[in-house]
Amino acid sequence: MIERIAVILRKEFIQLFREPRMRGLLLVPPLLQLIIFGYAVTLDVDNAKIAWMDGDMTPESRALLARFEGSNRFQIVATPQSEQEMQSILDHGDAHGVVRVLPGFARDLARGRSASVQVLLDGTNSNTAALVSAYASGVIASFSNDVYRNQAKNHQTVKLSARSPGSSAIPALPAAVSSTRVWFNPDLRSRNYFIPGVAVNILFMVTLTLTAQTIIREKEIGTMEQLMVTPMRPIELMLGKTIPAAMVGLVDLVLVTAGALLIFKVPFRGNFLVLLFSSTMFLLTSLGAGLFLSTISKTQQQANMASFFFSSPAFMLSGFNFPIANMPLPVQYLTYLNPLRYFMEIVRGVFLKGVGVSVVWPQMLALVVYGIVIIWLSTIRFHKSLD
Amino acid sequence: MSFRRTRAIFLKELRHIIRDGRSLALALAMPAMMLLLYGFALSLDVDHIPISIYDQDGSSASRSLAKQFEGSRLFDVKSRALNYREIENGINTNQILVGVVIPRNFGSNLATGHGAAVQLLVDGSDSNTSGIAMGYAESLVQLYSAEISTEIMNRRGVAPPAPPVVAQARVWYNSSLQSRNFVVPGLIAIILMILTAQLTTLTIAREWEMGTMEQVLSTPIRPTELVLGKMLAYFLIGLIDAILSFVAGVTVFAVPFRGSLALLTVSTLVFLCGAMFWGLFISAGSRTQVMAFQMGMLTTFLPGFLLSGFVFSIDVMPGWLQAISVVVPSRYYVSILKFLFLKGVGLEIVWPQLAYLILFGGIVFWLSVRRLNQKVV
Repeated sequence: MIERIAVILRKEFIQLFREPRMRGLLLVPPLLQLIIFGYAVTLDVDNAKIAWMDGDMTPESRALLARFEGSNRFQIVATPQSEQEMQSILDHGDAHGVVRVLPGFARDLARGRSASVQVLLDGTNSNTAALVSAYASGVIASFSNDVYRNQAKNHQTVKLSARSPGSSAIPALPAAVSSTRVWFNPDLRSRNYFIPGVAVNILFMVTLTLTAQTIIREKEIGTMEQLMVTPMRPIELMLGKTIPAAMVGLVDLVLVTAGALLIFKVPFRGNFLVLLFSSTMFLLTSLGAGLFLSTISKTQQQANMASFFFSSPAFMLSGFNFPIANMPLPVQYLTYLNPLRYFMEIVRGVFLKGVGVSVVWPQMLALVVYGIVIIWLSTIRFHKSLD
Repeated sequence: MSFRRTRAIFLKELRHIIRDGRSLALALAMPAMMLLLYGFALSLDVDHIPISIYDQDGSSASRSLAKQFEGSRLFDVKSRALNYREIENGINTNQILVGVVIPRNFGSNLATGHGAAVQLLVDGSDSNTSGIAMGYAESLVQLYSAEISTEIMNRRGVAPPAPPVVAQARVWYNSSLQSRNFVVPGLIAIILMILTAQLTTLTIAREWEMGTMEQVLSTPIRPTELVLGKMLAYFLIGLIDAILSFVAGVTVFAVPFRGSLALLTVSTLVFLCGAMFWGLFISAGSRTQVMAFQMGMLTTFLPGFLLSGFVFSIDVMPGWLQAISVVVPSRYYVSILKFLFLKGVGLEIVWPQLAYLILFGGIVFWLSVRRLNQKVV
């Protein structure tokens, strides 16, 4: 048995690496994907582009502008003078938002009345808009606090000079403050979260398509019958077909992990053995799915369609960038059928939180169960499709 | 170029499509299904943030703060922790995103006007969600603090001061800040790109693989006619898919459509042509279907998802990546769709995008004809 598996393994490897272009397709796309993905997937808004519309033109309004410029979060890209100009900036999408200081800003401040600053946001991308809005409110709030403190000081000196007894000091400090501590990713870099997810996706795509296609190709070309007349048993054939894919997948995993650590400086806090161990469990499911797809398709085109049908929802509903907790409840239940979901949680936990088997064992268990079921299903179908 | 020969290719290809019913059904059903599933599932709106509250104080003040968290739609109090270990455990197993720790003497410090701090422990791994959750939690504490201050001032008989400067945020185009309103138009663009390119990538590669390409080449058919005929046959499917997606976007997802329908039609037709020619271009260069499929996926799915501005803003990417995104047609179509759906602007703003799509279609058509010509010789 071992002998026969060794033979088919040899045949598979020869076939896999015979074509120079195929050789490239196995190793180059994973690295390319990592680099492009890695640089592209960021939801951070480091340098929000805003337009500054100053209707007041006083030292006070310029002090607020200096606050925005000094915060390192904003880049003033335009200074519109009229409503139309402002409208056109937002319509073109040249700025994420417009900060508008209304006439009378300094006057209101001097009189101790509330002066308001308008922040007009381009809501087309709601995520960016929410972040920019929060940053802008933060800058304005801190400006407001300082103004308040100054006023309170002046107020007190006035009162002191008037020697009015019994005046209560105005509490300049807010009563309750929050002190926030961010764990695992203190700078809130979205790359740290996304790149481990990219590794998961690459491992999944490579192993799934490779298994499905090598079997279908034999069927389509007609060499499957030739393999059948050999003394090879179906289980040996399946092993011979899946082991090369698994090995390519693991090599890609190591490659991509190294890239994540070296190029993107993603922290790796867990144990590499845990990662490797859970990856092999995950491979059970992705190889099983590949086998299953090959049993339900007759042509390569059908297999491609089917694998796309399976892999794109698996990717989108894995929590890669759209959090599962945001999805409607029925879809959330659906994601329990998605092996990628479990592996995504494991990999992110191992990379960022440094958790071990004691925390991720439920996900590992789910992967094993999933893998066994799908391999069992495809073995049954495999026998049938041969008869 | 002959119209008759183009039509012959068109009819032959149409017959191919109709004969393979399963693939046809897939091609028609897939975009609608993808749009329905993803449109509902993919959301970046953060609410019902799972939190755990660790109340070390147990005073009436700490209880009223906890009640504020419980009463907010944005938070979902999953558990009451009794020690730090429980919070740590909850965060490690992804059961909670934020731990709120109300320290001992919180109530008495507030009462004596000393000021008290609430500790927020945030799981930062999903930086986007946690950033937003953090903002919500901090502003809830601020609000609570303002209430307490007002209460104290009232008790002392002083009118609470108004804050000197207030920010009034007003959101244009998507006033409720629903992520669905920008995810759905982007999704339509990406689904159409993947599907249409996919439809055509296999056609020529299949002929090469089956050996029928030689037969086609021995006829008087010229590459231009071949490319056009094949494209037109699949164009029908792409068009039906596009119409289905737009109808679903506006009716099922209630995404506002504020622009001109004529402009939408024109840009969709142009985009579909470009995507189809792209598929044919890949197909002409691939001898096997596997290779054509891989190349097709590689050049449509990833760039469409990553470099189109669908979710990830292009202008925050490094310069070399922005340069690459310039040649990705989905980028222009995604921005046209967002302009038309949400902003309702007209040709005076979208013309550069439209011009690029036309240019892209033209160049890719020319390239694929040239590639076929080379292969023939």
